[in-house]
Amino acid sequence: MNNERYELNKNLAQMLKGGVIMDVSTPEQAQIAEAAGAAAVMALERIPADIRAAGGVSRMSDPKMIRGIQAAVSIPVMAKVRIGHFVEAQILEALEIDYIDESEVLSPADDKYHVDKTLFKVPFVCGAKNLGEALRRIAEGASMIRTKGEPGTGDVIQAVRHIRAMTSEIRRIQSMKEDELYHAAKELQVPFDLLKYVHENGHLPVVNFAAGGVATPADAALMMQLGAEGVFVGSGIFKSGNPAKRAQAIVKAVTNYNDPKILAEISEDLGEAMIGINESEIQLLMAERGM
Amino acid sequence: MRVGVLALQGGFIEHIRHLQTLGADTFEIRKRLDLAQPMDGLIIPGGESTTIGKLLNDLDLFDDLKKKIDSGLPVFGTCAGMILLAREIAGMETACFSSIDIVVKRNAYGRQLGSFFAEAEMTGIGLIPMTFIRAPYIESAGAGVEILSVVDRRIVAAREKNVLVTAFHPELTSDNQVHRYFVEDIILKQGKSNNFAPILN
Repeated sequence: MNNERYELNKNLAQMLKGGVIMDVSTPEQAQIAEAAGAAAVMALERIPADIRAAGGVSRMSDPKMIRGIQAAVSIPVMAKVRIGHFVEAQILEALEIDYIDESEVLSPADDKYHVDKTLFKVPFVCGAKNLGEALRRIAEGASMIRTKGEPGTGDVIQAVRHIRAMTSEIRRIQSMKEDELYHAAKELQVPFDLLKYVHENGHLPVVNFAAGGVATPADAALMMQLGAEGVFVGSGIFKSGNPAKRAQAIVKAVTNYNDPKILAEISEDLGEAMIGINESEIQLLMAERGM
Repeated sequence: MRVGVLALQGGFIEHIRHLQTLGADTFEIRKRLDLAQPMDGLIIPGGESTTIGKLLNDLDLFDDLKKKIDSGLPVFGTCAGMILLAREIAGMETACFSSIDIVVKRNAYGRQLGSFFAEAEMTGIGLIPMTFIRAPYIESAGAGVEILSVVDRRIVAAREKNVLVTAFHPELTSDNQVHRYFVEDIILKQGKSNNFAPILN
């Protein structure tokens, strides 16, 4: 991938900012998401809550299903590959997917290496729970970062932990003397030039979204106030009582995340939220996959 | 001079930074209350046109903004912003503001793999860098529309009176000349703003 292509891929993420990216598993759901104001959709056969419930190995979705969703909407379509599964990524590139999510939600295909994302023309978004992970993924070619959260739980605590970890580490790096950065790069196991960028600019060199466990407009606004530039919502929408209404409310919450009056209005009468699973009740921490 | 930037979704920060390099004051428009302040110009940024279009209605901003644009408020739309300002969107029954007599085609270059970078001439400015992200182009333009740039035989920038549109994103490059054109050739010449001292660099 040349530099120009990488810039264009980072640019697409910039256009998604302030938006909500919704998990969908059918063309009908994709249309509901688009009509509700989603900035993009993530096509996957089973949403994280169902993946968690079903267990077993979870893989890239059927290309036919992805094509169906591409045909149903005009907004960008993303899809997931297993961590390290570069052939699934080649297949998604052949489908001209708009963004590949190398995702811990699926079963990892490689316990050591991530996909070398610099070899692809299509952009990648990757999960990270701290600054070190984020910069390692960027070094591998990711052009967008998201928190890992804990997918499929409806519990926002992990996403909060990750975004707080990232922003507080960024502040620590910003306040360092330049000669301290060399040691910090060694400690964090990240390339020096990326760390220097963070030191000088006070943010990641790519767009950073929140993901995992967002179930209400208040959750989405919380992530935005904590510094996320947009929000992925997975199971939170189509596992709730009234998906269309909840989706619209979350879209508005991300735009007016700083206005409690508007947040109060849109939080009214949304029906049943997804029931969710408490962080301490789950056996499998997906966020621990792929460091 | 104060320029409002529609900040519902998309790349609005990038526009604000460019305007600030020119010495213009800016404010974000996210809700009705934001429209209470005086405004000499308006920018509609890139993002997803369906998302921004829906939020314009849901947040009750559409009518007030349309009135202002129709009565001559200088407005500049990039990419999704151009789609929202067009008289007609190919393949769709309804348009949004219908402020400039053009027909636009959405996602005209295909998906993200079709996104590209170019350098081309823009009338009144010269050679500038142009970033096209899942971009639209202008299929046809009415007689009153001035065509400002053509790339690969497609119209990618145009102006009609107070309305300026580009299919590309000047806000994603470090070049602020299109914003300077908007501020100096449209806002300053059409508007009544006189409290503006441009920063020359």
